[in-house]
Amino acid sequence: MTFLRQSAAVAGKDLRIEVRGRYALGAVLPFAATLLVAFGLSLGPDRVLLQRTAPGLLWLAVLFAAVLASRRAYESESEDGALEGLLLAPVDKAAVYLGKAAAVAAQLLVLEVIVMTLVSALFSLSLGGNLPALAAAFVLGTTGLAGVGALFGALDASARAREAVFPLLVLPLATPVLVAGVKATAIATSGTGGTLGSWIGLLVAFDLMILAAGTLVYGYLLED
Amino acid sequence: MRPAERMMGRLAARPGERILGWLAMGALAAAAIMALVVAPDDAQQGTVYRLMYVHVPSAWLAYLSFFVVFVASIAFLKTGKIRWDRLAASSAEIGVLFTALTIVLGSVWGKPVWGTWWTWDPRLTTTALMLLIYVGYLAVRKLSDNPRRRGRWAAVVGIVGFADIPVVQLSVTWWRSLHQQPSFQLGHVTMAPIMTATLLVAVAAFTLLYVYLMSLRLRVGRLEERAVATALSPRLGQRPDALIAEMDGAGQGSVAEPAEELEPEATRRA
Repeated sequence: MTFLRQSAAVAGKDLRIEVRGRYALGAVLPFAATLLVAFGLSLGPDRVLLQRTAPGLLWLAVLFAAVLASRRAYESESEDGALEGLLLAPVDKAAVYLGKAAAVAAQLLVLEVIVMTLVSALFSLSLGGNLPALAAAFVLGTTGLAGVGALFGALDASARAREAVFPLLVLPLATPVLVAGVKATAIATSGTGGTLGSWIGLLVAFDLMILAAGTLVYGYLLED
Repeated sequence: MRPAERMMGRLAARPGERILGWLAMGALAAAAIMALVVAPDDAQQGTVYRLMYVHVPSAWLAYLSFFVVFVASIAFLKTGKIRWDRLAASSAEIGVLFTALTIVLGSVWGKPVWGTWWTWDPRLTTTALMLLIYVGYLAVRKLSDNPRRRGRWAAVVGIVGFADIPVVQLSVTWWRSLHQQPSFQLGHVTMAPIMTATLLVAVAAFTLLYVYLMSLRLRVGRLEERAVATALSPRLGQRPDALIAEMDGAGQGSVAEPAEELEPEATRRA
């Protein structure tokens, strides 16, 4: 099997688990929605304030959803020695990493479309300003988040007792995604343009950094 | 209690380390005198600016420590030798200490000069995020008792964390400057030669302090390892030195799980 087909096989397996178990849809999405309602309530009904903070709240919800989805990607692996099976399979470890990241990213993207609709309704944020730029920001940002999550989720699977460590790792490391994602979203929805290119470039840089580093070191996380 | 006595003997500092300690102490004293007595007041900030002579060297040590963590992490993954992991762990602890110190000193300096303890300045924000990343590194070290697994997990965080710092720095810099004018200008554009000299002496003194603290922390790490080996050696029927050599993986990379793999062998012998 070529490298890409190995990745696709791992991604396909994880997505099949999701389609049959519907964890992201049944638990992560309601969680993200609850979070958005809680944000709204904590900020009060000021329409202008809500509109201005909407991109930030949207990305915070995505960030937390990414933590849950990445953890889920390894939860099924830690049962019945599934991880050992995956490790014994004659596939490149880097392919396992990229496959897992792709599956997490795919789930998050579906979730984001729903969350975005919700945000545009709850916070009266109009999404139409610059739709291609908005889509690019979300695809690139999600790739980066999935890259971090699929890397350190492996660590979370082997040490489930200390659950706070995983978000502690992911959230500071993913700061560039949060910052660039929020800024790009704010610019794209307001349709002002300007520095949009810089933020998209930053997201690309982060994606390249995390996917390259993750591909190189992933094997060491699993090796035992 | 002979092993314990031998360990106590090793607790006493070695001559080289003691000399290093005195050198660091002397350099710090010289830096303190230069910073507090020799260097003149700043034209705008008066005497408060003297915090620079501890703030800047602390920040330098923070970056130096995390660079050492990065290099030692790569070396550990490549060679599998525990001594590299010990180096990375020691450096990370010292780095976290000095990053926290940098932030506290920056706050103390910022209060009289800017009128606030904290501002979302790019450098401050990057330092705070760096602190969080390496607190995460130290938290990962607590996840596993198996020295080899702990080392590998930590090394991955040490490598990815360091690679992330420039991207974080860039993102928070743009975050401030692309949409708002930077409210404060940190540091001095031009400095009197005596100020530059004082700062260089302070940086050198802090670097010596880092080397001294590292040698102390590394020795504590070796002692911890020896304590474990001494406790295990009667059960495993091996001398502590042989166990340590085996744990360090010197020469071969196949000794994957010292504690767990040696266990069944011991029961077989019994």
